[in-house]
Amino acid sequence: MDVGVNLIQLAIYLGGFIGFAALNAAYLVWVERKGAARFQKRVGPKETGPFGLLQPPVDGIKLMTKQINIPEGVDKPLFILAPIISMVPAIMCFVTVPYSNSIVARDINIGLLLIFAFASVNILALMLAGWSSKNKYAVMSSARVVSQNIAYEIPMLVIAITIVMISGSLNLREIVDVQAGAFWNWNWLPFNGNFLGPITFILFYICSLAETNRAPFDLGECESELVAGFHTEYGGMGFGLFFMAEYANIVIGASLVTILFLGGWYSPLPESIPFLGASGIWWFFAKMYFLIWTVVWIRWTFPRMTVWGLLNLSWKILIPFSLFNLLASAGLLKFLG
Amino acid sequence: MAGYFKNIIDGTMSLISGMIITNKVCWQKDITLQYPHQTIKMTPRYRGHIQLVKDPETGTHSCISCGMCQKGCPSGCITVKGEKREGVKGKVLVQYDLDFTTCSLCGQCVENCRPGAIEFSLEYNLASPRKEDYHFDLLKRVEEQK
Repeated sequence: MDVGVNLIQLAIYLGGFIGFAALNAAYLVWVERKGAARFQKRVGPKETGPFGLLQPPVDGIKLMTKQINIPEGVDKPLFILAPIISMVPAIMCFVTVPYSNSIVARDINIGLLLIFAFASVNILALMLAGWSSKNKYAVMSSARVVSQNIAYEIPMLVIAITIVMISGSLNLREIVDVQAGAFWNWNWLPFNGNFLGPITFILFYICSLAETNRAPFDLGECESELVAGFHTEYGGMGFGLFFMAEYANIVIGASLVTILFLGGWYSPLPESIPFLGASGIWWFFAKMYFLIWTVVWIRWTFPRMTVWGLLNLSWKILIPFSLFNLLASAGLLKFLG
Repeated sequence: MAGYFKNIIDGTMSLISGMIITNKVCWQKDITLQYPHQTIKMTPRYRGHIQLVKDPETGTHSCISCGMCQKGCPSGCITVKGEKREGVKGKVLVQYDLDFTTCSLCGQCVENCRPGAIEFSLEYNLASPRKEDYHFDLLKRVEEQK
């Protein structure tokens, strides 16, 4: 492949990812609002367009046309930079996600590592936003975000190592390929010799919720205590970027769970079954959006945790369990596999 | 140590039961009212501004212009005027004005009215930026109801 074709491919992928992230961010807000309404027996947005489907573009226009207001006394360069630092890594993460056997921007050998590396840059952005805002609530919020993410990144990485040991690769496409066949080959189920699959899956899912700062772990932006947390001083598109980054991170988290545990683009049924047995990008999206729906479901079911409850959950339960899980899986692989 | 595992299991169970409950609710019908498009009938004991009762037999109000409502009103927001007319027994009502801006909905006028000619209306869509919108000509109102 020569350089020209490579560049064109790069541009197409870049445009595609930004479009995909923006579209998802916009319409996941709609899903979130409709979901919240459903769980509270309401209707949700309904006035703008059929089923309120024009609500996201209207919200977007509103955010974009708002004045960019930078309060006095803030650390101006950092204040402007923080939303950008939050959004760019989120888009970067999409690069290695394999949506199907052939649809992947960069099939890198260390795809999983790259996603974890870029996902943790988001925390830096939230911290900078809180720190540069010159607002006591924002500073408290960034302190919480950092302690939360340190606490949850450890079990998440330990669990990722477990999966890497089982699949024998850091390449996301190869991790999915190990789960080919049908649903009993998926990593989250206890068949296929991996008895700890369900526990691994639940631990990883909890950690990914906490990593993306979603309820019930959204301590960084808890309205009842910290106004709006790290984005208290942001308005217009600055806030919009944080918002988009949050939803992009949810998509990344759900994609990662799909890839690591739910067999990516592979059909849950054996290939011999016609039509439903065919594997493709639609299975990936079906699984991913189902996981996103459970994220919404969880948000509107559970109240927000306390700070100490959150840290206790990580240090006293998730970390010991994930370490035990790592050792036990290693033992199983050694003696059974 | 036993408490540690019990705590985890109990917690997980309560989380699962919570998820089941919200899932059940998710499939139930909406209970909210889409207000401007849908309204419910106001309850009969609601106190809106007062109005003259339309008698279905005579097709008009039954006010005798005695002025008891005006006298009984602590805020002085009612103005009643009646006049003698030839061939008609008693007074004929010619003016019944209500200044709703000072009315406290105490109901003295409704209590005082011996023929039962006034009642509380069920009107609640009364928001307006102009004061004049709260001056009601109740006589005209009851005539328009015909």
